[in-house]
Amino acid sequence: MSQCRTETGGRIDRSRKLSFTFDGVQLYGVQGDTLASALLANGVHLVGRSFKYHRPRGFLGAGTEEPNALVRVIRDSARSTPNVRATSVELYDGLIAESQNRWPSLKFDVGAINDALSPLLPAGFYYKTFMWPRSAWHKLYEPNIRAAAGLGRAPEGADPDSYAQRFAHCDVLVIGAGPAGLAAAQTAARTGAHVMLCDEQAEFGGSLLDDPEALIDGQPSAQWLQGVIADLKARPNVTLLQRTTAFGYFPHNLIGLNERVTEHLSAPHQNLPRERLWQVRATEVVLATGAIERPLVFPGNDRPGIMLASAARTYLNRYGVRVGKRAVIVAGCDAAYAAALDLKAAGITIAAICDVRPSADGPAAARARAAGLAITTNTTILGTRGRLRVQSVRLGHLEISGSIRPGVTVACDTVLMSGGYTPTVHLYSQSRGKLRFDSTSHVFVPGTSAERERSAGACKGIDGLHAVLADGAAQGLSAAAATGFAGSPRHYTVVATETSGIGIPGALPQPGKTPPAKAFVDFQNDVTSKDLALATREGFESIEHIKRFTTTGMATDQGRTSGMNALGIIAKDFGREIPSIGLTTFRMPYTPTSFGILAGYARGDLFDPVRRTAAHDSAAALGAVFEDVGMWKRAWYFPKSSEDMHAAVERECLAVRNGVGMFDASTLGKIEVVGPDAATFLNRFYVNNWANLAVGRTRYGILLRDDGFVYDDGVIARIADDRFHVTTTTGGAARVFALMEDYLQTEWPDLKVWITSTTEQWSVVAVQGPRSRDVIAKLVTDIDISHNAMPHMSVANGRICGIPMMLFRVSFTGELGFEVNVPAHYGKAVWDALYEAGREFGITPYGTEAMHVLRAEKGYIIVGQETDGTATPDDVGLTWAIGKTKPDFLGKRAIARPAMTATGRKQLVGLLTLDPQVQLEEGAQVIATPKQPVPMTLIGHVTSSYMSSVLGHSIALAMIKDGRARIGETLYVPMPDGDIPVKVTAPVFYDAEGVRLNG
Amino acid sequence: MQKFSAWSLLKKSFGGHKGWQSQWRRATPKPEYDAIIVGGGGHGLGAAYYLAAEHGLTNIAVLEKGWIGGGNTGRNTTIIRSNYLFDESARLYDHSLKMWNDLAQVLNYNVMFSPRGVMMLAHTVHDVQVIKRHVHANRCNGVDNAWLTPAQAKEFCPPLNIDDNIRYPVMGAALQRSGGTARHDAVAWGYARAADALGVDIIENCEVTGIRRDANGAVEALETSRGLIKSRKVGVSAAGNTSVVLGLAGVRLPLESFPLQALVSEPIKPVFPCVVMSNSIHAYVSQSDKGELVIGAGTDAYTSYTQRGALHINAHTLEAICELFPMFRRMRMLRNWGGIVDVTPDRSPIIAKTPVQGLYVNCGWGTGGFKATPGSAHVFAWTIAKDEPHPINAPFTIERFRDGTLIDEAAAAAVAH
Repeated sequence: MSQCRTETGGRIDRSRKLSFTFDGVQLYGVQGDTLASALLANGVHLVGRSFKYHRPRGFLGAGTEEPNALVRVIRDSARSTPNVRATSVELYDGLIAESQNRWPSLKFDVGAINDALSPLLPAGFYYKTFMWPRSAWHKLYEPNIRAAAGLGRAPEGADPDSYAQRFAHCDVLVIGAGPAGLAAAQTAARTGAHVMLCDEQAEFGGSLLDDPEALIDGQPSAQWLQGVIADLKARPNVTLLQRTTAFGYFPHNLIGLNERVTEHLSAPHQNLPRERLWQVRATEVVLATGAIERPLVFPGNDRPGIMLASAARTYLNRYGVRVGKRAVIVAGCDAAYAAALDLKAAGITIAAICDVRPSADGPAAARARAAGLAITTNTTILGTRGRLRVQSVRLGHLEISGSIRPGVTVACDTVLMSGGYTPTVHLYSQSRGKLRFDSTSHVFVPGTSAERERSAGACKGIDGLHAVLADGAAQGLSAAAATGFAGSPRHYTVVATETSGIGIPGALPQPGKTPPAKAFVDFQNDVTSKDLALATREGFESIEHIKRFTTTGMATDQGRTSGMNALGIIAKDFGREIPSIGLTTFRMPYTPTSFGILAGYARGDLFDPVRRTAAHDSAAALGAVFEDVGMWKRAWYFPKSSEDMHAAVERECLAVRNGVGMFDASTLGKIEVVGPDAATFLNRFYVNNWANLAVGRTRYGILLRDDGFVYDDGVIARIADDRFHVTTTTGGAARVFALMEDYLQTEWPDLKVWITSTTEQWSVVAVQGPRSRDVIAKLVTDIDISHNAMPHMSVANGRICGIPMMLFRVSFTGELGFEVNVPAHYGKAVWDALYEAGREFGITPYGTEAMHVLRAEKGYIIVGQETDGTATPDDVGLTWAIGKTKPDFLGKRAIARPAMTATGRKQLVGLLTLDPQVQLEEGAQVIATPKQPVPMTLIGHVTSSYMSSVLGHSIALAMIKDGRARIGETLYVPMPDGDIPVKVTAPVFYDAEGVRLNG
Repeated sequence: MQKFSAWSLLKKSFGGHKGWQSQWRRATPKPEYDAIIVGGGGHGLGAAYYLAAEHGLTNIAVLEKGWIGGGNTGRNTTIIRSNYLFDESARLYDHSLKMWNDLAQVLNYNVMFSPRGVMMLAHTVHDVQVIKRHVHANRCNGVDNAWLTPAQAKEFCPPLNIDDNIRYPVMGAALQRSGGTARHDAVAWGYARAADALGVDIIENCEVTGIRRDANGAVEALETSRGLIKSRKVGVSAAGNTSVVLGLAGVRLPLESFPLQALVSEPIKPVFPCVVMSNSIHAYVSQSDKGELVIGAGTDAYTSYTQRGALHINAHTLEAICELFPMFRRMRMLRNWGGIVDVTPDRSPIIAKTPVQGLYVNCGWGTGGFKATPGSAHVFAWTIAKDEPHPINAPFTIERFRDGTLIDEAAAAAVAH
């Protein structure tokens, strides 16, 4: 055991030795250590380099407030995490850690040249330079700045770990398990309320863990703690979450918790998630988030070995580590004395205690004096020395005149500072609660809550263990009562040294207006008091501007230790009070939170649900290649052995034109519209006239948005007087349904109409081609499917293979065709049966690509391909579908607007390349005259383009300005290698008379 | 105006940087101005600058109810590109993109415009069709935009996962090499400083509470939290609050305001060379000069003026980020925030005169206003100075929503059959 480790005491297990490496050097710690305490136990103080000046840095704190000690923790090659606070990493056997932002080594870092150049690099220097020559910013300056910036390195491989997510509800969520949180949770739990208690640390206890001498209800704090935890654990109405950070406070008491499940384990089980996201909806929230000690701002306050007094006390009392041999204590708050006393008792020489205040007469100071420690008041620090570890401090004495008399230089290896405590109000502020400035303690404390929430203990500025416990119990009781659970108050007896957390915000007094050496306010981002002064000098007055100009508070610690000091300095510079400077908004998350827990299970196939049709496996067995359409997997084409896509599509198309093909149309949206007013509703919703649609007949419907542009289309069947079967596009199913609901609920609540999504209830197989009737005739019963009995655009109920079926005679290919609708769980069986029945006719499964070609040959549009949200029905040649006698329908007024009927609108036409083997590219633009210089006058674009096997040449559909008037003209499609001449035609290329439909 | 340069920085360093002046004056409102801009974001400050620099108006004020650059200017993910589909949009955004190139030199303020390339991913056949249509239209309009195969996309952005086995594999990408990012705060401050040097009064903490009009209905003064300020020309450039301000003059705007969130990771060494956007799976990411991954999330489903959004919206974009860049799963979110985006029915802005004489409006930028800052400010200043639109913003009227001449950039959101 090293000399830094005490022989006894602390909450560590000295018998369980753990090995770890830091920058390749093997070291040992013990069970219960953090990486920070283990490094300190080995005498390692230098652990990092600062962001901008690459100054050597050690530990400032012992917990989440730590700005300096950021390391990369490496579990294996795929599991490395940058920028981790060593103070929050629990040590495990075999842990590998590396320092960051240094080259070639931590002790000798070339980047430290920035420190020497710092006179040239004040806050915001980059806004003033690097502007000449113009292109040099992107090519020269920026790459160098980027290389110097950043901290750690991103992981290189895909993260193999998993992350879990849970939702939970509770009556009372208590955040923070220090004395206030434990008292709140226990008091609330005793009422019977469902209580959740979380704490970011490995152990519950908070400040009690640092204070072994305190007696609560006659018990030493550790024993009391054990009792409370055992009591809570035994209660079925309590959920305890250790290693769980409440990172975000969202509206209506939704709290995000980040539980670290395996991070502390040497060899985690592979089935365990690394972290777990809890989204907790709490009726009442108790914030018991404690307070954080502030550093003091004086020249050279950042050298390794200079740390918060509370941190030194934590390292000693909790981890059994002496942070040095000879310490100077700098007090702006009585808490420093508690540290001085504990350190002295542990054998550390207290070289000096300098209190910057005019007097030191609190109980802690009195105890220090009684212990023989000399205190000099009215004393400031003028500077420090020591490159990789502090070696001495130079004192200064405040005279009554206001001047400062230089004092002695005191040799030391440790400086402990305490500037007072800042309540941790991050979550409170995130909840949009209003903060109030407490002019006695010079800090912001919770004021008026915005949520059903209350703060307890130190996070609302309460000092002293007894007061904190009492407040915790009172808030726990009140929270439980607010959820309807009554209980009785709790009282505690406490024997402890009560120290006030009141300190001084801002910088220690210096002889000049600004100190000669750097006095750091934001340690990680290297923001000094001079930088803040420069910002105010340059006219930045809003605290938000100062933050952004200097970057103070924007580091990974989010200004936890710097915020109040910065405000104090700025207020002094402006000669104003702190509240008038304002406060920057506290942002989610409280501490940096893994992307992984938010992404959660959404990876691979679970990234987005995969929707497969009932016949998916049959299509796959037939060799289908699938494409993603929305969440659906749709069969794209069915290549045989060596076929490429082109060959497969050509074969599939010809089969439909000459024989019979089958197509899985199940993904189309289906909505059942039912009720006495169903026809009225559809009349208002779609452009078509539905009143005169007979039962057993279908019609092609067009839906506009209120802006008059085509939104969706699909065949709608009248199943009964009061019942319609509406089909939508695959992608439009959810949107159309939502739009229907929107109108039914907000515009036409008087209509008696009920809508139900039936997309997943029906499996649909389209059987298309001249032989389609022959195929289905083998399987269909109960329906006469002859042409006269079942003409084009009709629907009938019957059976197929004995299964109830709704049969449509419809065609999206221009051929004789049927669409077989069966309950989805029969989908695969019916697909297979149709395939078998069709074998003798050479039935050919075809995919979406062939479907697209076949419909394009017929000039049928696809919403989203021919239309793009800017096309009216007339633009795409569908004026015929509009019900002429209807008083109104969605979009009717819009399509009467001047611009919707003006000339110059793009209209749907066909294009034929003069060279029939040249196929246009979809999305290519169209111009009227060839060889135009850029920018060209574009008059349209190609929406669909295919090689038509039945026609033996390429075809294209296009939207062209005044296209219908240009039929017969030659236009040009400008491509990078030249213009392609095209002839404008009508958009129907095949069977313009439509005789094949009637086969 | 004190010149900013390496030389001036060196000189001032000898005096401990005590010689720097305020970047803009803390102006108090004068009784009357020749023109007032309401809204101290990049667009408003820029308009004031161009009014002074190019149109000879120097008695100008910018009124900002909070602190300048504190709205969407300081809250966006700083993506700059111009590869829009329609001719009208392409002209507007390309005008802006060209101005970005020398904005630092024009303003003598390093706005750190970095043309590192903006890549938009295609994940479906339909995406490919839509993106290729953009590429073709852009080429013919002289706007830089190129189609990349998945392998080429990976070469340009090595962290990109182009594995065929992911849920929505990358099928290609459009790359605008001349697009990139800039330092958002610097844009507001740079315009403020340059405008101030030309005599523009920048007045913070000044909220407009009323619009006074003369007997003919024309604007004559603004009632503000700092008193009555006269002006016959008022340009409103207040993002989501534009509808509130114009409401004071009885002008209704077709704007809806939604919370839009963004987040940054902890800073890391350079790993991500460009901007990557995926509209279909909602991922927008780049890496800042400081080293943070800057990630844009989607809008909330409901209209709101609260500058925060729901957690699941962030989660959704991080799902996409982790899918496309699986090494980032262990990265950590450092800071999340929300802004308010003002959205028009066709997702294109309004830069126009209003039915009220002397009242002009620049709003409706939705999620994409930052990139347009210089160009928009430039044509808005023209519109105010000349009382008629610049040819570039002539199509971006309010009346288009009445007569139907929309510029529907949401067109790309159309879905497949």
